[in-house]
Amino acid sequence: MTSPTLAGSWLARLPRPRGGAFIVWLRNLLVWRKLMAAGLFLAFGEPFVYLLGLGYGLGRFIGDLDGLSYLSFLASGLLASSAMNASSFEGMYSVFTRMTHQQTYDAILATPLSVDDIVAGEMLWCATKSVIVTIPILVVAALLGAVAGPSALLAIPVFFGIGLCFAGPAMVMAALAPSYDFFNYYVTLLITPMFIFSGVFYPVTALPAAAQVFVGLLPLSHAVQLLRPLVAGLPPENVGLHLAVLLGYALVGYLAATWLVRRRMIH
Amino acid sequence: MQDREATTRLLATDAARQPSPPPVVRARGLTKAFGERLAVRGIDLDVPQGGCFGFLGPNGAGKTTTLRMILGQSPPTAGRLEVFGLPVSTHIAEIRARIGVVPQADNADPDFTVAENLRMYARYFRLPAAVVKPRIRELLEFMELAERADEPIKSLSGGMKRRLTIARALINDPELIILDEPTTGLDPQVRRMIWNRLRQLGRAGKTLLLTTHYLDEAERLCHDLVVMDDGCIVAQGAPAELIAAHVEPQVVEIPGDMARIRGLLDGIAGLRIEQVGETGYCYTSELAPVLQKLGEVPGLRYLHRPTTLEDVFLRITGHGLRGG
Repeated sequence: MTSPTLAGSWLARLPRPRGGAFIVWLRNLLVWRKLMAAGLFLAFGEPFVYLLGLGYGLGRFIGDLDGLSYLSFLASGLLASSAMNASSFEGMYSVFTRMTHQQTYDAILATPLSVDDIVAGEMLWCATKSVIVTIPILVVAALLGAVAGPSALLAIPVFFGIGLCFAGPAMVMAALAPSYDFFNYYVTLLITPMFIFSGVFYPVTALPAAAQVFVGLLPLSHAVQLLRPLVAGLPPENVGLHLAVLLGYALVGYLAATWLVRRRMIH
Repeated sequence: MQDREATTRLLATDAARQPSPPPVVRARGLTKAFGERLAVRGIDLDVPQGGCFGFLGPNGAGKTTTLRMILGQSPPTAGRLEVFGLPVSTHIAEIRARIGVVPQADNADPDFTVAENLRMYARYFRLPAAVVKPRIRELLEFMELAERADEPIKSLSGGMKRRLTIARALINDPELIILDEPTTGLDPQVRRMIWNRLRQLGRAGKTLLLTTHYLDEAERLCHDLVVMDDGCIVAQGAPAELIAAHVEPQVVEIPGDMARIRGLLDGIAGLRIEQVGETGYCYTSELAPVLQKLGEVPGLRYLHRPTTLEDVFLRITGHGLRGG
C-alpha cells in the first residue's frame, strides 16, 4: 500500500504558514479582550504578593545577590518564569481545548486557512500572551523600585522570545495529549524543576558544577540571564548565546508542533 | 414503472448530447485506508452543478470520510479527486474559499456572540468589511436569528446553534455547500425549517452536497444520490429512479416469521419476501391479491405502503439503514 509514504511525505514537509496565521492570532486576541477584565486584578495583584512577600521578606535575610538587591534579582527571575508559564499553559491547555473539545480548528479548516496557519498563529499568540502577562509584573517591579531604568523596556521583546521558546514544546504536548491530565507530566517533570533550578530565586552558580552544566541546557536559565541585566540596568553578557538557545528551542518546537498538529488534525 | 424507465433513458441520452457543465466534484478510484481498514474503496463520483446531491448510508459507510477528503481534511490514499475542476491536493485553499461547510457537530466559537461568530468567520475568508456587514444581517434574517445577534452561544437552543452553523457556512456566498447530517437530533419543526432553507439555496443555484441517514430527508431534498455501504457506492440515481430500478412499487409489512407469512400468502405469484427482525417485508407489483388474502385472516395487523429508499437499501445491502 502506498499510503504511509504518501501521507508521510505530506506530513514531513516544512511548515508553510501564510497570512492566515495573523487571523488565528487575531481570533485569540479578540477572545482574550472579552475575558480580560476578570483577569486584570490578578495580573497586578499576584506579582505584588510575590515581590513584596518574597522580595522584601526574604531579601532582608539575603541582602544583595550578584551585586543586585534581592528584590531586583527576584523580579527578573519571576519575569522570565512568568513568560514561560503564560506561553506553556496557553500552548497546552488552551490549544488543546481549541483542538479537541471546542473544535475551533475543525471550523477553521473548513476555510482557506491551513494547519500551518493555525500552528504559526498559535505560536505568535502564546508569545503575545507572555508579553501581556509580564508587562504588569514589570510595572509592579518598577513601582517597587526593582527596575533600574528605561533599559528594562528592552525586556519586552525578550518576553516575546521566551514565549516563542516555550510555545513549541507546549503545543507538541497538546498535539500528543489524550486528555488534560497528560499536561501534569510536563509541568511536574519540566516546568517546575526549571522554575526551581534556573536561577529565578538564587544564582545558578550556587549549584554543583555538574548541575550547572545541565541547567545551562535548559532554556529558562538563558531567559533569566538575558533579562536580569536589562531589568537591573547592567551591561548584558552573552546575548548571542542566550538568544540562540531561546530561538533554537522555538524553531525546533515550532517544526515538531507543526508536524504533530498536522498528524492530529489531518488524517 | 416502464414509463418512468423510458423517461429516464430519454433524459440520459439528452444529457449525453448536450454539453453539460463540468461536475463540481469528480472522483476516480478514490480510496482511503486507515491502517488496514479501508474506509472508502475506490469510488467514482460526479456531483453535477446545481441541485442537491445526497450521500446515503449507515454510520461507518464512508460518507464523512469522503466529505473530509473533498475538504482537504483527509488526504486520499489513492485515486483522483477534483473540486471545481481543481485537484484537491494542490488547490485546497482556492477550493475551500468557494465552499460552505456545515459539520456534523456545531462548533461555533463559545467565547463570541452569534454575530461575532459570523464576523470572525468572515475574516478567515478575508472578506471585505463592506460586504460582510450587510451579509451578516441578511444571513441572520434568513436563518431567523436576527433577534439573537448579540447573545452568547451558550444561551442558544440546539436548533438555533444548528441554524447559526448554517448561516456561518453561507458567509462566503459559497457555490458548493457541504452538509454532514444537517438535521440529526433536531425536532421536526426545526428540520422542516432547515429543509425549506436548503431548497431555497438550491433554487438560488447553489450545489448542495449532504450526507444523511434519514431517508425522508434524502427523498425530500435530493435530486440525485449515491447509496454508500462499507466504503463502496452500491447504487446511484434520483430517489424515484432508484426505487423504480431496484424494488417493486408496493410493500406490505407483516409481523411474524417467514414460514408463517409464506403460509398466509401461499399461491400468490410474483412475491418477494424478506425478513428483518420480527417483521416480514412482502414486495409486490400487484397489491390487491395480497391484501385480499391477508383480509381473510382475522385479527392480523399489517401495513401496506409504497416502497421507499429504505427498501432499496435493504434490497441492495441485505441489511437495514440504521442497523448497518
